[in-house]
Amino acid sequence: MAWIYRYASPATFYPVAGVLAPWFMAAAALLAGLGLYIGLIAAPTDFQQGDAYRIIYVHVPAAWMSMLIYIVMAIYAVLYLTFNTRLSAMMMNALAPTGAMFTFLALWTGALWGRPTWGTYWVWDARLTSELILLFLYFGFMALNAAIEDARRADKAAALVAIVGVVNVPIIYFSVQWWNTLHQGASVSMTASPKMASIMLSGMLVMGLAAWMYAIGAALKRVQTIIVEREVGADWLRRHLGDNAQVGRVA
Amino acid sequence: MSADAVHAGAWAGLVWALRRDLRLAARSAAEVLVVLGFFFVAVTLFPLGVGPDPRVLRLIGAGVIWVCAMLACLMSLARLFAADFADGTLEQMLLSEMPFGAIVCGKIGAHWLTTGWPLMLCTPLVGVQFGLDVTEVGVLLLTLALGTPVLSLIGGIMAALTLGLRGTGALLALLLLPLYVPVLIFGVGAVDAYSAGLGIEGQLSILGAELIVALVGAPLAAAAAVRIAID
Repeated sequence: MAWIYRYASPATFYPVAGVLAPWFMAAAALLAGLGLYIGLIAAPTDFQQGDAYRIIYVHVPAAWMSMLIYIVMAIYAVLYLTFNTRLSAMMMNALAPTGAMFTFLALWTGALWGRPTWGTYWVWDARLTSELILLFLYFGFMALNAAIEDARRADKAAALVAIVGVVNVPIIYFSVQWWNTLHQGASVSMTASPKMASIMLSGMLVMGLAAWMYAIGAALKRVQTIIVEREVGADWLRRHLGDNAQVGRVA
Repeated sequence: MSADAVHAGAWAGLVWALRRDLRLAARSAAEVLVVLGFFFVAVTLFPLGVGPDPRVLRLIGAGVIWVCAMLACLMSLARLFAADFADGTLEQMLLSEMPFGAIVCGKIGAHWLTTGWPLMLCTPLVGVQFGLDVTEVGVLLLTLALGTPVLSLIGGIMAALTLGLRGTGALLALLLLPLYVPVLIFGVGAVDAYSAGLGIEGQLSILGAELIVALVGAPLAAAAAVRIAID
């Protein structure tokens, strides 16, 4: 178990993140290239939706990541509040913008897909509505984090918000689903679409994997920035970045 | 301390905080009245905005009243801990021998008694503005009775987290309103279901369940949030 504690130190993790991030980014680019090839060229046109369906290769992975990242953030929040490991809080903060970006992307691509398929950019469908509320939760998390100047207090407050949020996400999802069935029947439903051909599914899975790699790579890159911000003036950072780095003199 | 002593201490803390905050509210009754005034004005804007058609107003009445009650609650939440935080009283409460969760519970209870409860008293009056009949107002009051304590409880957590920050009001709204969605849906849903001639036990049960979960979890989370804000 000792190695876990070793890498929980920002000073140890900083160079590791620096080494890993480009690999994850390269994997993301490679997988995205492959996924887009399968999705846009190899996969056939859908007989009902035409070529409009192809947006699912971006939309579905984005929707997956939007929810997954919030859960991962909450896990880091629990780790931080339990073990008081600063790196957990930094990872939680590093993930938030990526999660919000994927949530926005899921909503945006959903609107673009909805226009030709449903005939409207927006319907108050249960999934769409809860995705929108998830975006608000991300915004709240980041806004609170930005509003508190003291880094330790910001971390703890944001961690509590992430945990309260993750408890509420299923409640919100369930209530929105219930609300939607009361207000309008299932006039549009994504679950009613015909079963997917395996090449379409594999394209989506490859794109999903690419989104994973990108999220990890982006979070690692961002956590490096957060570490530099927080550890300004620390000896190890000055040694690491070399004497000519400006980092030590900012503080 | 024995378990009994802790138990007694918790009750003492809750009752003490509740009575103290109620006495403070009674001495500055204007603050309570301003929130009610806001509620009335906000509700009145809707008929002016959507037009005086009684059918439309009856359709949106419960939703408008619930949303305005949430906004009124939001307005008053900023002052739940703020004054005690500013003059250091909150820190003394944290240091006192009474369990802090119980004190927070008492403060949240006082908040509900000075916002949620008066809002309920005004509801029959604004219900008339939207042409809701007596039984519909009754159902609406029932949902408010179960739902507004949840607003105060969840609100307590976020009010504590935003203590002493700049631009607290808008930040509090951004943090809180998404979490209020389930209460809004089932609160309005019960009234809609009643108007449509359907049973309302389901919605009321879910609101009750939300209240129980919030009662158990929120005071502890709010107490943790105050500790984060203070140290």
